[in-house]
Amino acid sequence: MPAGFSALDFYFILPEILLTCGALVLLMLSVIVPKQDGVLLGVALTTIAVTLLAVCSFAGLDETISRGLLAIDGFATFFKVVVLLSAAITVLMSAPYLRVEGLKAGEYYFLILCATVGMMFMSSGLELITLFIGLETMAMSFYVLAGYLKPNPRSNEAAVKYFLLGAFSLGILLYGMSLLYGATGTTRLAGIAEALAGQETSAVLVLAVIMVGAGMGFKIAAVPFHMWAPDVYEGAPTPVTAFLSVGSKAASFAMLLRIFVEGLPALGDEWRTMFWVLAAITMTVGNIAALTQSNLKRMLAYSSIAHAGYLLIGVVVGTERGVAAMLVYLGVYLFMQLGAFAIVTAMRRSDIIGDELKDLNGLFKRSPAVGFAMLCFMLSLGGIPPTAGFMGKMWLFGAAIDAGQIWLVVIAVVNSAISAYYYLRVVVFMWINEDEPAGSPITLGPAMAVALGIAVLGTLALGVYPQALFSEAQSAAATLDGISSAVSPR
Amino acid sequence: MMEITPAHYTVLSAALFSIGVIGVLVRRNIIIIFMAIELMLNAVNINLVAHSQQVENLVGQAFVVFVIAVAAAEAAVGLGIILAFYRNKETVNIDEMNVMRW
Repeated sequence: MPAGFSALDFYFILPEILLTCGALVLLMLSVIVPKQDGVLLGVALTTIAVTLLAVCSFAGLDETISRGLLAIDGFATFFKVVVLLSAAITVLMSAPYLRVEGLKAGEYYFLILCATVGMMFMSSGLELITLFIGLETMAMSFYVLAGYLKPNPRSNEAAVKYFLLGAFSLGILLYGMSLLYGATGTTRLAGIAEALAGQETSAVLVLAVIMVGAGMGFKIAAVPFHMWAPDVYEGAPTPVTAFLSVGSKAASFAMLLRIFVEGLPALGDEWRTMFWVLAAITMTVGNIAALTQSNLKRMLAYSSIAHAGYLLIGVVVGTERGVAAMLVYLGVYLFMQLGAFAIVTAMRRSDIIGDELKDLNGLFKRSPAVGFAMLCFMLSLGGIPPTAGFMGKMWLFGAAIDAGQIWLVVIAVVNSAISAYYYLRVVVFMWINEDEPAGSPITLGPAMAVALGIAVLGTLALGVYPQALFSEAQSAAATLDGISSAVSPR
Repeated sequence: MMEITPAHYTVLSAALFSIGVIGVLVRRNIIIIFMAIELMLNAVNINLVAHSQQVENLVGQAFVVFVIAVAAAEAAVGLGIILAFYRNKETVNIDEMNVMRW
């Protein structure tokens, strides 16, 4: 095999190159014009927009480049659009937050963009080393971002916890990968699938599946690997929490699907069983723990754990329809989860942290627009029509029923009913409790208004007209190698 | 004289990995936990090199270089984070990490 990459390979990673260059320019600007927050915000947004255009220009391609290291297919493009959109909304909601907290904007945007580059490689990697480097690029940026509020003990603690558990999970994931390499002699997913096709299932392979599953389980915050999530989500700066719960989760799901669906179809029965159990306990523990929270960020953290459980249903189904339903759910989750965190960010004012549930008292009276937006997000997260969350859940559960996973759907529906309680409790706080509103009035700056506007629009539009997202997700899922369009045999 | 085969190295790696995992779970000092994590990563490296010998290609050894690079980067980031924590709390004991509770 001749060495080296061709010029075409560099053309196909143009979006990643553009994003990296934009991030480096930002880092330099943060030294030259450290005080001009507006300029830095503009450069960050322009970079993301240009990258998004470059990604979209590759839509419809189905290429394997760099000698099978990366895929430019519909699946990768879908996830790249999701992470870039979430990066854009995160950057928009960060602008006012950074001002209130008095943080340096340049380095912050740089780290957000670096994390995004990592996520893009996670969604297109076809090879274990590439996927792992993408994962680490993302994780390393998030370790720093979680501790970005340096004098704040909560933020310090979040960073230390995330770092220690992230590095620990990396060790487990890598050990699983080394076992896979030992069993197959290659790190390419296609090669692994080929080598395992005729092989008998051995104890080593099962161990490898469990360790890779556990390592990925940490990243998507599935129970029992979720212990870090509530603390990190609560302690980290709110926009970082938002990005962590959407971008990082979406990219980790992309990597998980790549490894298991493309690389390990031969061990389908083993990992389906594993993810079945993970999905069931993740939904249940996430929802029950969310019931008693008094901190809004912590409640959303547990809700995000529960959503990881719903998303795992798509992995368990593992057919084209299941994965498509999962992609739809991720597209929907992007808007509603980022929107909810954008409101928590807007609640942070100079005189109040505003992340407790009781800080929402009388929000409808004080700022009807913000109250209405929060109402949309809560209904959507709870899966109540006519919002996008309902459409996402309906599709996901429908795919699972088609695949014969009745019990999993029963558990999921019971869980959705439980979750309605704590989402509607937020509405009760906004609407009914009016006593002692704390803090100064909420003022939405232009950046925050745009972020909230996009999120509300996405949540409502996808609830009323979801067809476009459905067809995109369907064609994206079909490009995943080794996926079966038929109903799974079990 | 017993011949040392790649299989022996995988056993060594498994032992080292287990020591690392136990170290993470039982130690209370953040720095020691971090050292235990490095031990896990080195167990991975030994495993990769042993398997590379066994399956007779060099991909495993290339993998090791990436793991070493990432471990170094992680040490830089991690020690910075631990330092920031120490500045505020004047301790590196994880039992003192109790600002946030359920």
